[in-house]
Amino acid sequence: MTAALAGIGARALRLLAALGALVIFTGQALGRLFRRPFEARAFGTALLQIGWLSLPVVGLTAIFTGGALALQIYAGGSRFSAEQFVPQIVAVGMVRELGPVLVGLMIAARVTSSIAAEIATMKVTEQIDALVTLSASPMGYLVSPRLLAATLTVPALVAIGDVIGILGGQLVAVERLGFNASTYVANTWAFLEPLDMASSLAKGAVFGFLAALMGCWYGMGSARGAEGVGRATKGSVVAAAVAILAANFLLTGVFFSA
Amino acid sequence: MIALDGLQKSFGDNAVLRGISLEVPKGQSLVVIGGSGTGKSVLLKCILGLVRPDAGHIRFEGKEMDGRARAAFLSRFGMLFQGGALFDSLPVWENISFRLTRGPGRLPREKAKALAVEKLARVGLGPEVAERFPAELSGGMQKRVALARAIAADPEVIFFDEPTTGLDPIMAGVINELIRSIVTDMGATAITITHDMASVRAIADEVAMIHAGKIRWKGPVGEMDAAEDPYLRQFVTGAAEGPIETIR
Repeated sequence: MTAALAGIGARALRLLAALGALVIFTGQALGRLFRRPFEARAFGTALLQIGWLSLPVVGLTAIFTGGALALQIYAGGSRFSAEQFVPQIVAVGMVRELGPVLVGLMIAARVTSSIAAEIATMKVTEQIDALVTLSASPMGYLVSPRLLAATLTVPALVAIGDVIGILGGQLVAVERLGFNASTYVANTWAFLEPLDMASSLAKGAVFGFLAALMGCWYGMGSARGAEGVGRATKGSVVAAAVAILAANFLLTGVFFSA
Repeated sequence: MIALDGLQKSFGDNAVLRGISLEVPKGQSLVVIGGSGTGKSVLLKCILGLVRPDAGHIRFEGKEMDGRARAAFLSRFGMLFQGGALFDSLPVWENISFRLTRGPGRLPREKAKALAVEKLARVGLGPEVAERFPAELSGGMQKRVALARAIAADPEVIFFDEPTTGLDPIMAGVINELIRSIVTDMGATAITITHDMASVRAIADEVAMIHAGKIRWKGPVGEMDAAEDPYLRQFVTGAAEGPIETIR
């Protein structure tokens, strides 16, 4: 019994220590954003890799999700003779929840894993030590630019995903379910409120930050060797996905609790 | 120029450094030898601030190496890593000129590239290598590029970590000669860690042997072969029998 309690206590202490270290790491990374030199080239590369190169996967995810959502709402709504609400529910569903969450999860899969693997490999091959010997801050060169780029670009990706998802729903509704195209668009716009769009963008910013943070954190903390790189990559994606889903729950409460 | 005094470092129960004291005067090339796991790499990492020692002092030009002093030290420093540690995502010339294209006194990219090509020539590589990426180079070429990066800013202090590991004997000889000539030409202070006795003879002015976390022997390279310390003799001759425990 005592041994079991000691084990639980030790695990809790380790978890708290890891959380504390993560908070310090985040603070250092944010602090670096306001110190010279600003790594403009690293920031530009991160913008391209996180934002531009994620567009195809975000677009494909959104269009299929929007189409499937329209089919489900139509099928479910027909039980209550509420099929006409497909445009409104697709719009609200995409903008408030599915757009940000699915884009966040796709970013976790594509970007977090890539960041963690790259930084962990740099650690294994002493490239991070080399940065220090070349008077460059690993935090300023590797972490801060990625955090900033993800925080700025993921909201844009979410906005694009929202639009493509709604278009996917419209495509299915018009081509397969017999909706009128202009009425569909009018109903969509009439139902969406500024708060819906604001929450979507805010969630995108938070999810982007969390996705990049987990990639950097696990990459910088990886153990040596190929196994360490693999563990860092896997751990970062799991942690980012859980953090994004938890943050989504909290943000939904903040924006729509009333 | 660099002085270590009573340096200690443990990882858990494993005491790696047990009171290392060393002094490297300006312009001297010190080679630190010792078996695997004797603390040579930890010693370098302590000086660089990558590992924090548990006790002891590190001084550079008489000043304790704290945060600001270490930043000043690193600004006059270059290092050749065991595996090269070239940045995969940057072409060769950007690797070499990395330090020169950053900070307040940074060079324009054209000038930095010209300087990188000049440094490539210094290590025996042609300008066509400048645009390639590290993954496109052989091990020996990567080592030369890493050497070019280490000397790009004309540092006053250079560290070489196992400079010939993984190279064939001919390429190892080429790298040893390059290191010796660069250190001599630049008048730099150098610390090299290695197992390779050919490197020791080619690079060293002074040799220090670490064993069990302590300096076992230190002296001019010319006196190394005649030294009577049994640990040093076993290491230099590569004998399986002797006071250094080997696993067979």
